[in-house]
Amino acid sequence: MPQYAALIYGEDADWAAPQYAAQMAEYGEFGAAAAQVIQGGAALQPISTATTISVKGGKGGDLVTTDGPFAETKEVLGGFYLLEANDLDEAIKWASQIPGAWHGRIEIRPVLPMG
Amino acid sequence: MNDFGELIRVEGARALATLTRVLGDLQLAEDALHDAVVVALERWPVEGPPANPAAWLTVTARNKAIDRLRREARRSEKEEAAMRYVTPSEPERFDDSTIDDDVLRLVFTCCHPALAPEARVALSLRALCGLSTAEIARAFLVSEPAMAQRIVRAKHKIAAARIPYRVPADHELLERLPAVLAVVYVIFTEGHSASAGDDLVRVDLCNEAIRLAGVLSCLLPDEPEVLGLLALLLLTDARRTSRVDPDGGLVLLADQDRARWDAAQIEEGSALVERALRRSAGRPGPYALQGAIAACHANAPSFTETDWPDIVMLYGLLETVLPTSVVRLNRAVAIAEVDGPAAGLLLVDAITGLEQFQHFHSARADMLRRLDRDAEAAHAYRAALALNPSTPERRFLLRRLAALG
Repeated sequence: MPQYAALIYGEDADWAAPQYAAQMAEYGEFGAAAAQVIQGGAALQPISTATTISVKGGKGGDLVTTDGPFAETKEVLGGFYLLEANDLDEAIKWASQIPGAWHGRIEIRPVLPMG
Repeated sequence: MNDFGELIRVEGARALATLTRVLGDLQLAEDALHDAVVVALERWPVEGPPANPAAWLTVTARNKAIDRLRREARRSEKEEAAMRYVTPSEPERFDDSTIDDDVLRLVFTCCHPALAPEARVALSLRALCGLSTAEIARAFLVSEPAMAQRIVRAKHKIAAARIPYRVPADHELLERLPAVLAVVYVIFTEGHSASAGDDLVRVDLCNEAIRLAGVLSCLLPDEPEVLGLLALLLLTDARRTSRVDPDGGLVLLADQDRARWDAAQIEEGSALVERALRRSAGRPGPYALQGAIAACHANAPSFTETDWPDIVMLYGLLETVLPTSVVRLNRAVAIAEVDGPAAGLLLVDAITGLEQFQHFHSARADMLRRLDRDAEAAHAYRAALALNPSTPERRFLLRRLAALG
C-alpha cells in the first residue's frame, strides 16, 4: 500500500518538557487510534540540537558542518509519521487527526516507492 | 474533420473520464484517447458517427491502450502490472450512466483542493472540456509552454500523490463541492469579464463554463448550489451581447438594450433560481443568492424599474454567507440606487482591502460623479485606469473621465 510522510511543523518544542505533557497525551491518543496505518515516525528534539551538514564539491568533497537547522523559520519540523493509505484523501483523513494539525500544520508527502 | 471536431471534443472528454478510471492514469488515458480519435477521424466521415460516440471512443481507446501496453510491457514490469487493469475478465459495458459516474469522479479529481487553484482550472478545461493546451493558454494569456508545464505538473501530482478518482461520500460532498463550483465560476468570469486583453467577453470560456455547470446539474440534481451556479451563469450570459457597444466599449447595465437580452436563457435561469432556493431549506448558499440577484436584474423591464430593495436584501443575505469586501461593494452599489449615492459612498469608503480592485475605484467614481464632486470623481477614475483594465473598460472609463470636463 502507498505510504505518505506526515511532516509535523509547529513551534520549536522540547517534547520531553512538562508543559508539553498534554500535547504528548494527544499524540498518544492519535497513536492508538491510527495504529493500523502508522508504519513509523518520531518526535524530534528541539532546533537547538540540530546540525546541518553538506559535502561541497561532490561526493568525497569537503564536509561543511554548521550549527542549527537548514533554514531559520518560525515553524520547525517537530516530528513525522509514516502512514499507509490507499490515496491522498485517506492520508488527509488520518493526518487531520494528528495533534500537530491544530497546534501547527502537517505537510503530507507521498513516499517514493523503492525497488 | 471540422464536422466531427466538436463532437469528438465533447464526447472525447466523456470517454476520457471512463478511460482514466479503467487505466488508472490520466496521461495514459489521454494518449489512448488520442489514438482512438485518429481512428474516429478516419472512419466517422465514411461510416457516419456511432450511436454512442463516447462509448465507441472508450472501447477503441481501451483497445489502443492494450496495444500500447503490450508493446511497452517488455520494457517495463510496472506497465505489465497495469495490463491487469485494462484486460478485464469480462468486457465492461460503457453505457451513459457508467460514463456519467466517471465524469463526476474526474470532476472531483481535477478540482481537488490539493491542486493549486490555477492548475484546477487548467486541468478541468483540458480533461473535462477537451480543450487543447494551446487553446487554454490563449484563453488565459499565458504562453503555451507555461500552460503545458502547469498541466503536466498537476497530472504528475495526481499520479504521485494518488489523488483519487472518487466522488466524495455524502458527508464530504459539502466540503468538496465549493472547490468544484469555484473552478467553473472562474472559467466563466475569465470568459465574461476578461481581466486583460482586447476583448471584454471571451465567448468560448463562457460556453465551456455553462456546459460544465450543466453537466454538474445533471449529475448532482439535488445540490442547490449547483443549480444556483448554473442559474447565475445563464442569467449573466443572457446579457452578453448588450455589454459591448459596436466600438468595443463597455456598456453599463443602466444603458444596455434589454431587448437584446436572451429571453429563453433568462427564463431557464430564473426557473433554476427558484428550484435552487426551494431546495436550500431556508439557508441559500452564495451561488443561489447571486443567481437570485442576477434574476432580479434580468427580469427588470428597465434599470429604474429594477427591484433594488430586493437586491439590497439579497446582498445582505449574501454578506452573511460570503462576507467579502467585493460583496460589501456590490451591496453599497445597490444601496446607492435605493438611498442615493451619498449613502452608497459612505459604505464604499468604509471598505478596506480593495485598493487594487478596479471596480472599487470605478464604483466610487460613479457615486462621486452623481454627487457633483467632479475633482474627486476624476481622481477615482484615474485610479481605476491605473489598474490596467481591459480595452473596453478602459474606453468606458476614459469617456466618463472626459465627460467630467
